[in-house]
Amino acid sequence: MKILVAVKRVVDFNVAIRVKADGSGVDIGNAKMSMNPFDEIGVEEAVRLKEAGKATEVVVVSIGPAQVQETLRTALAMGADRAILVKHEDYVEPLGVAKVLKEVVTAEKPDIVILGKQAIDDDCNQTGQMLAALLGWPQGTFASKIDIEESTLTVVREADGGLQTVRLRMPTIVTTDLRLNEPRYASLPNIMKAKKKPCDEMTPADYGVDVKPRLKLIKTEEPSKRQAGVKVCSASELAAKLKETGAIR
Amino acid sequence: MTVLLIAEHDNASLKEATHKALSAAAKVGGDIHVLVAGYQAAAAAEHAAKLTGVTRVLHIDAAELERPLAEPMAANIVALAADYDHIVAPATNNGKNYMPRVAAMLDVMQVSEVSDVKAADIFVRLIYAGNAVQTVQATDAKKVITVRIASFPPASETGNAVVGRKEAVADPGLSSYVGETISRSDLPELTSAKVVISGGRGMQSGENFKLLEAVARKLNAAVGASRAAVDAGFVSNDYQVGQTGKVVAPELYIAVGISGAIQHLAGMKDSKIIAAINNDQDAPIFQVADFGLVADLFEALPQLEKAL
Ligand SMILES: Cc1cc2nc3c(=O)[nH]c(=O)nc-3n(C[C@H](O)[C@H](O)[C@H](O)COP(=O)(O)OP(=O)(O)OC[C@H]3O[C@@H](n4cnc5c(N)ncnc54)[C@H](O)[C@@H]3O)c2cc1C
Repeated sequence: MKILVAVKRVVDFNVAIRVKADGSGVDIGNAKMSMNPFDEIGVEEAVRLKEAGKATEVVVVSIGPAQVQETLRTALAMGADRAILVKHEDYVEPLGVAKVLKEVVTAEKPDIVILGKQAIDDDCNQTGQMLAALLGWPQGTFASKIDIEESTLTVVREADGGLQTVRLRMPTIVTTDLRLNEPRYASLPNIMKAKKKPCDEMTPADYGVDVKPRLKLIKTEEPSKRQAGVKVCSASELAAKLKETGAIR
Repeated sequence: MTVLLIAEHDNASLKEATHKALSAAAKVGGDIHVLVAGYQAAAAAEHAAKLTGVTRVLHIDAAELERPLAEPMAANIVALAADYDHIVAPATNNGKNYMPRVAAMLDVMQVSEVSDVKAADIFVRLIYAGNAVQTVQATDAKKVITVRIASFPPASETGNAVVGRKEAVADPGLSSYVGETISRSDLPELTSAKVVISGGRGMQSGENFKLLEAVARKLNAAVGASRAAVDAGFVSNDYQVGQTGKVVAPELYIAVGISGAIQHLAGMKDSKIIAAINNDQDAPIFQVADFGLVADLFEALPQLEKAL
């Protein structure tokens, strides 16, 4: 069984970004970049399936500029076997990413593709579902537990009212939620080993995919800021203040 | 121009998310039709007919749609798509699941979780955990949109639309429903409650959430949580408020034992009034709180309950 994991390089979750004064976008300057946390969970899950003897190969893929190499190396250091970098300098929308991934899937023929449920930069929550649509595969989104049984995958999904379990025919798409696992830190020896693991380079054009954006960015603005209010001295004062506002009776 | 709004419902009646998404659909302009896809969902379809401004309800009934699995849901929506310029759904867990599938089947780039509609093709949405606001123009001929429900008021029910049955398309047969674990609570639902009280890591255990529930009962409030409280197993995943959980904007949000990480703020900073209880006076939550109480929550919560 082969598993493909898609990963994205994003501004680290701890960094507060700034909106550019001219409204043209977000200034990420020299911000610390990391693997999208949900994708880290995806890599971890794939590596665990391999360690459990259920998967034989874990391939990671990323679409982005040359620096995405670093992100792929992190995935290799966590235990993935091989990487594919699809180089593209400009922003690629989820639909474009899904189209590239479809071609990667056609070439690699994985049994399961794991993606993060959302990237913490554009917060779109689309790519996995789109890839499933383009391939005509089922989708186990927002997974908090997965189980492989022969040709089906059982997925426990984080839903609005609790947990939902679905059974999917393989091959299938899985998107990760926060409770699927806790990703490991790569050890130093594994980071060294990762440097020797193979990483192929491709471009969207090699796959014959047009990744031109479909959304035109008109402007990017700061959100309205809230002001800090007042401190109260006791719970009863808090109750009184809240009653004054009319928010509670 | 006609908009197809996909209803969120439990087969018996509509969820309020539908009413809120309708307010966004109304800003697009044009006729609005509502799709109620479910199983034995005639009552939900009748309910949809009452939505103000809706001219037609399409009712599709099939066993695989009882709980909206993404694969048959998307297949049914795509089968109707030719007649519509906009396809709109609330960004609930279900909407987030099936809508991008619909978009890709139509070769459309979805606009996710719009917080405002500026024109039929111009939408506002938040990125980077709400730290930047983007206005985008969708250039695809069809628009596929999910709606951030906390950003819109619920539409009213003064309508009287016609309900028409449509045949379901064949189930793609890729997925099946196995079961669910539903959290049961007699308190209001998080995304529609007027008051929300949330607990974080500071609560220390699931047992201690009873202290929050006691206050919630007095205020008819919903109970929410931070990611840390969910990860620690104090409460189940559906309590999580934030960038990657639920987005809420109640009249009053009370954060208890929550530090105020940007990922949490992303899910509650549009609340009308924010109150915070934390024993660390430098906790970032105080920077967004209208009322802050620096105190040990184990003392403050029982006192608050008594004072209400
Ligand atoms: C990819 C990703 C997605 C995320 N998504 C979300 C999300 O959707 N929602 C979310 O909430 N977080 C999310 N997070 C996590 C977020 O970054 C924070 O880690 C989390 O919100 C912290 O939760 P907390 O405030 O409960 O815990 P902490 O930050 O540990 O804060 C606990 C607070 O409790 C206070 N406290 C402790 N004891 C007491 C006491 N006795 N009385 C009063 N106060 C007390 C402390 O002073 C402290 O301020 C996400 C993170 C990542 C990386």
